[in-house]
Amino acid sequence: MKRAAYLVLALGLLGGAAAWFVTRPVTLPATVSARLGGDAQAGERIFLAGGCASCHMGTEDGADHKVLRGGAEFQTQFGTFYAPNISPDPDHGIGGWTQAEFLNAVMRGVSPAGQHYYPAFPYASYAKADPQDMADLYAYMMTLPADATPSRAHDLGFPFNIRRSVGVWKALFVDHDWVVTGDLTAQETEGRYLAEALAHCAECHTPRNALGGIDTARWLQGAPNPSGSGRIPPIAGEAFSWSAFDISAYLESGFTPSFDVAGGSMAKVIANLGQLDKPELDAIAAYILRAGRE
Amino acid sequence: MAISRIIGSAALVVALAAPALAQDNPAVGARQGQFKLYGHNLAVLGGMAQGRMEYDAAMAQTAADNLFHITRHDQSRLWPEGTDSSTIMETRAKAEIWENLDDFTAKFVALQEASAGLQDVAGNGLDALRPAVGAVGQACGACHEDYREES
Repeated sequence: MKRAAYLVLALGLLGGAAAWFVTRPVTLPATVSARLGGDAQAGERIFLAGGCASCHMGTEDGADHKVLRGGAEFQTQFGTFYAPNISPDPDHGIGGWTQAEFLNAVMRGVSPAGQHYYPAFPYASYAKADPQDMADLYAYMMTLPADATPSRAHDLGFPFNIRRSVGVWKALFVDHDWVVTGDLTAQETEGRYLAEALAHCAECHTPRNALGGIDTARWLQGAPNPSGSGRIPPIAGEAFSWSAFDISAYLESGFTPSFDVAGGSMAKVIANLGQLDKPELDAIAAYILRAGRE
Repeated sequence: MAISRIIGSAALVVALAAPALAQDNPAVGARQGQFKLYGHNLAVLGGMAQGRMEYDAAMAQTAADNLFHITRHDQSRLWPEGTDSSTIMETRAKAEIWENLDDFTAKFVALQEASAGLQDVAGNGLDALRPAVGAVGQACGACHEDYREES
């Protein structure tokens, strides 16, 4: 009897230790950041493609896209997230971060204090980025104006308010491999990098399962709005019939082929993405059509 | 008696909660028609700006004149309270419009100004047309960003 109790206790401890191990925040090897120097000028393009400002800019009308004071509210099935201040303010933003800490935040979803970030922050996409690009992004973001607005704490229910639980989510859903694979043209490959690693189109345009993991089998096929009402339209599958010209022109101008104009969260996406060079928008368009043929 | 009262109030709750149809308020269809006319003319102006069709000064001017006049249509009867997306299924007009009427109006005035700017230059060549069409698109998008449901 006593032995059985010990066995249960031992198994319980083992299971707990395994769970603790699986859910631990995993950072990049220190050597990754150590060998990189960032180029602020090159980082602007990454900033625009990555859409950082879409979520992290101020919420007032006409807010400057380069003042990343945060505050935007995202109401989800897990609770309400508030975009934090990521301006280079040393107290309320990321001004005190090292490049290595920045890379861990963006590419691994781990804070400088060693805690998980919630995946409302699309690090599962940025994990696919070239670390050099993220070093350039760090250099660029440190040149932006500092703002001393304090970040607001997220408002989440149990068990999502326990950050350690994000470790389970990461173990289940973070995949560093490309979703669209196979024989891609050079243009499609460039577009895949821009769309899958930086612009993170799939975070809104792909449906998620009950735990918030992206359903890659229905890649880009439209989804309920992850933060609010309505639906995010499909950009792959039978319901989507735009040409490469249409997609590129839309990302540049906001005009759909029937000359409706983008709104909602896509208006902010276009405000950033539309500043890329036309060949880059054409590459995204080529990738999206390629993804739709999968 | 008590039971029929419960059933009666339950039916009332269902009736109140069920989204109404757009036909219930003709203003919804009318304002949607207004937006279709914007798009109908922007198809010419934007089509030329994007190179989907060849630039034609007379055609561009006519479309810009149309857009100018359509954006002068008085809006006061097109946006009755209670015609938002939470009560009417066919509209994407968010309830926030009626909570921020001053801002909504300011954004419409910005569209009127942008369409006046486009009317001024639409016949002056493609290089003049392009930025003016872009400004109209910006004005459309600014309002859609805050006040239109995703889809």
